[in-house]
Amino acid sequence: MTDATAARVVVVGAGLGGLRTAEQLRAKGFRGELVIVGDEEHRPYTRPPLSKELLAGTMSPPDVAFDVRADLGAHWRLGTGVAAARLDERVVVLEDGEELGYDGLVIATGVRPRRLPVPGPEADRFTLRNLAHSLALRRRLRAGVRLCVIGAGFIGCEVAATARRLGAEVTVIAPESVPMERPLGREFGGVLRELHESRGVRFMLGHEVSAFEAGSAGREVVLSDGCRVPFDVAVEAVGSVPAVEWLAGNGLDLSDGVACDGRLRVQGRREVVAVGDVARFPNALFGGPASRVEHWNIPVETARRAAATLVAGLTGSEQEPAHFGPLPAFWSNQFDTRLQSYGAPWLGAADVRLLDGDWTRAAEPIMAGYHRDGELVGVVGTAPPRSFIPHRTAILAAAKKTMRRTP
Amino acid sequence: MKIEVDYDLCENHAQCVFAAPDAFRMNASDELEFDAEVDDSLREDVQSAADACPVQAIRITG
Repeated sequence: MTDATAARVVVVGAGLGGLRTAEQLRAKGFRGELVIVGDEEHRPYTRPPLSKELLAGTMSPPDVAFDVRADLGAHWRLGTGVAAARLDERVVVLEDGEELGYDGLVIATGVRPRRLPVPGPEADRFTLRNLAHSLALRRRLRAGVRLCVIGAGFIGCEVAATARRLGAEVTVIAPESVPMERPLGREFGGVLRELHESRGVRFMLGHEVSAFEAGSAGREVVLSDGCRVPFDVAVEAVGSVPAVEWLAGNGLDLSDGVACDGRLRVQGRREVVAVGDVARFPNALFGGPASRVEHWNIPVETARRAAATLVAGLTGSEQEPAHFGPLPAFWSNQFDTRLQSYGAPWLGAADVRLLDGDWTRAAEPIMAGYHRDGELVGVVGTAPPRSFIPHRTAILAAAKKTMRRTP
Repeated sequence: MKIEVDYDLCENHAQCVFAAPDAFRMNASDELEFDAEVDDSLREDVQSAADACPVQAIRITG
């Protein structure tokens, strides 16, 4: 296809990744029809406040909406999920049965919360991923409410901090020995545990949940050792599952999100790309197997890349080079502390070195370096933003050195 | 081109400093500083900075 003005691109998913891809398609000169399909009623909004300001009530839904430029010229299909896709025919099927043909397809369906595979009544149990989840949970959080957070990852700890500030009695239950142990390592997890405990959050770590029960004394979480924790409200914050079921039947590798190449093409197709949390892509900075990265800047970075791939495919022009190496970045606000991360700390969690601060002084700024084969691959800290700049530069320099060594 | 930053929104995440170092920087007190007017050749970088801002504090106004 050389006349891209007659083409239609369908973006499935109306989150940050879908929006930024649509914007980038226009920025790169795509003038055809742009359809954005989203299963929620809302236009794209920013998710980080869902566990913090929106949950605390200091922000309301209009505050989290992304600005959408009027000249984006997109046709929005909101409140309609996607049911299936037939990639060979270039068709997606919406949940209401409508079939949309496309010349270009953007897979931006993101993830949904994983649920605990345990028996028990559903009442008073919440997850947190979208606006409706946050508003529903917010209605239940107040002083004195007994909140059980299952999971001590970022979302779980953010919810715990927000709820504690609202005066809830918060218990965090998780199998790890410290919060955020897997992504950050034991030392940093210990710092975060101290931060939370000093504000009155109770941790029950080293525990698996085996059931939820409704007894005469009210609702209880039953732990694998038989211990029971009464609660009024429970939040399951036990990770996420890529939303890829609608892509089944196309012979794709959907084992963890959608497998793509460095140009974010799916199955090598020039007309199908994936972006954001759902995209499993090889990162040239760090090598190794392709992976999904649920960090703040990845939807933005992958959108830019995927839009270039798609426009090149639609116009028959040359593809960008295969190399794609975005540096992941995220932050997490918990109480008055802001944690920031650059790079891939999870690759270096076996060799964590204190770069600044003191592991035993949680209230003071800390900077930790994560190393793989002696090279800095990630940095996580509670130090001021400016202090991350040299470390971020060092990660990039080390990664580029490694890339040169790799044939 | 002209840049505006809403300092009521800005939380000093510094994502813009990495995306467009020729337009944005952190000063010694860890606050964001930026050039309100920059050369058009920086447009793509500045747009990347606006896209990457966690709190949408950056506006390109010309």
